[in-house]
Amino acid sequence: MATLTYRDALNAALREEMERDDTVFLMGEEVAEYNGAYKVSKGLLDEFGPMRVVDTPIAELGFAGIGVGAAMTGLRPVIEMMTWNFALLAIDQIVNAAAKIRYMSGGQIACPIVFRGPGGAALQLGAQHSQAFESWYAHIPGLKVVMPATPADAKGLLKSAIRDEDPVIFIEGEMLYNLKGEVPDEEYVTPIGEADVKRAGTDATIICHSKTVAPALNAAKALEDDGIDCEVIDLRTIRPLDTAAILASVAKTNRIVVAEEGWEFAGVGAQVADLVQREAFDDLDHPVLRVHQADVPMPYNKHLEKAAKADANKIAAAVRTVCYRD
Amino acid sequence: MGTSTERGSRSRQREAPYSDEYRDWLRMMLLIRRFEERAGEAYAVGQIGGFCHLYIGQEAVAVGTLSALREDDWVVSAYREHGQALARGMSSRSVMAELYGKATGCSGGKGGSMHLFDTSVRFMGGHGIVGGQIPLGAGFAFSARYRKTDEVSISYFGEAAANIGSFHEALNMAALWKLPALFVIENNGYGMGTAVGRASAITDLAERAASYGMPGVTVDGQDVVAVREATDEAVARARAGEGPTLMDIITYRYVGHSMSDAPHGTYRSKEEVDERRGRDPITVLADRMRELGLLDDDGMAELEADVAAEVADAVQFAEDSPEPDAEQLWTDVYAPVKEND
Repeated sequence: MATLTYRDALNAALREEMERDDTVFLMGEEVAEYNGAYKVSKGLLDEFGPMRVVDTPIAELGFAGIGVGAAMTGLRPVIEMMTWNFALLAIDQIVNAAAKIRYMSGGQIACPIVFRGPGGAALQLGAQHSQAFESWYAHIPGLKVVMPATPADAKGLLKSAIRDEDPVIFIEGEMLYNLKGEVPDEEYVTPIGEADVKRAGTDATIICHSKTVAPALNAAKALEDDGIDCEVIDLRTIRPLDTAAILASVAKTNRIVVAEEGWEFAGVGAQVADLVQREAFDDLDHPVLRVHQADVPMPYNKHLEKAAKADANKIAAAVRTVCYRD
Repeated sequence: MGTSTERGSRSRQREAPYSDEYRDWLRMMLLIRRFEERAGEAYAVGQIGGFCHLYIGQEAVAVGTLSALREDDWVVSAYREHGQALARGMSSRSVMAELYGKATGCSGGKGGSMHLFDTSVRFMGGHGIVGGQIPLGAGFAFSARYRKTDEVSISYFGEAAANIGSFHEALNMAALWKLPALFVIENNGYGMGTAVGRASAITDLAERAASYGMPGVTVDGQDVVAVREATDEAVARARAGEGPTLMDIITYRYVGHSMSDAPHGTYRSKEEVDERRGRDPITVLADRMRELGLLDDDGMAELEADVAAEVADAVQFAEDSPEPDAEQLWTDVYAPVKEND
């Protein structure tokens, strides 16, 4: 096993898939000569040339649509959004075109495209640059939504996303790019749609994904002192949701907390709570609790920003509550 | 310089190119006209649902442009696309059945009037969001170049779509990368009920091409020969790697924007509609053919009878076809799961 950063793991996935399949190309703002706004595409221009690593103007709607068009002809575009905040400008092409082409055409046309880039909040970037949109995309039939939390998952899931026959929304974590972790040396892919038990436990389940995985694990560690043994499940894929993994854990722990970066209303946690109350009502010893961003645009001030975000303390507090220990 | 007689003869020859295709064009324009009239009737009695945007009056645009393309070129359009679907070679049966929502429709009944697809002729849809298909057309052209082919793409949209961001973004990138693309404004003068002069700061939309350093041409959209000539030039440029062309093809729809509005009365006058109907694309070509001795009354009657039979057959086929199976609701959302997965 090699130790790689999340950034370099993504870079390796792109390189390996571009070497493997010459229909794969990368397109977006600053992906080529600048080596990527977050350096995920570093070195790819030199290796694959300007036809396959394509700098675009700042025109998210336009290049998203060009990517969808290319995918409709059988190519496999990877469209980088510098951040998912900017993808709001492209959402017509993602939702009205990519997600619906297969259905509207009666199954004649596939759209094997990946839209990828960092989502969620970093530090003090303010309201317009600090948003978690996974529940928006997960709402749409026809899309898959993938959100790796570790370097190994980042590499394996990006390779799966590129090989997938359907459009994949691949949301990375801006604060995760420098995260280091062990990555297998040999070729591997991580299946889309499978959650991962990041920590096994018996007393309560914490459901998390992307940037809430680390705080969930920290919360689980802290709760050991209270004698609470937490199971931490990293969803890894938001859609299709690994319902079996969630229900199996609830059957074991009977208590569940869902943590996410995004807002409360119609969030990922709402979907998980709906699943659990329908399918595992009798397993529950406490109502499902949720940890999420405060229901406000993200403030700039660092104290206010901290107060707005989901973190390990809030997750731990919720777990104590579902264990009737507060 | 020759004598005036020679010039006259050459000029007559210049008008005659494509004359061996005239009959096919006339038949296709008639087919579209009669097909659309029948679709309007079927809509009125509830056999066709949803939104339905008819192409009546604009037939020369589809026929003139699409006759210039090869089988391996790519076509994409907006929601007023029945005419282009037929002119691209989709069967009138599969298009009518799709309007009826039947399983035998070109999109299996899941698309409807606004979402006609047929990959066998690279007809990549009917798209319902104004301007949304323009970047897709640029994407087909990107793909053609990426795969080192000399295929071209053609994207149709109304003049109102020339005001939306996707138009500008797609044209800029297509020109920047010299993509083999034709961008066709089907300029029928109105975006729903808004006249072009009430929505666009400039009304000579071909001028917009200058912003992107590509040729912009204004074309008489009621003259199928003029449309074809202009398309040939744009296709030749695209195939030669010289980049995209913006074509502002001036035409007119005789009917309302959709089935929900009258042909005239609110945003345009009956006099205007009557005047514009006076220069009908079918009549313009038929008159030219008569002058050249290529058509007489019997020939016209024969064509009319031929397309009437085809439309009647398409309607019968649509009426006789089954509804999609109930399980079709759930298919085609994602790729089928492979058996070994």
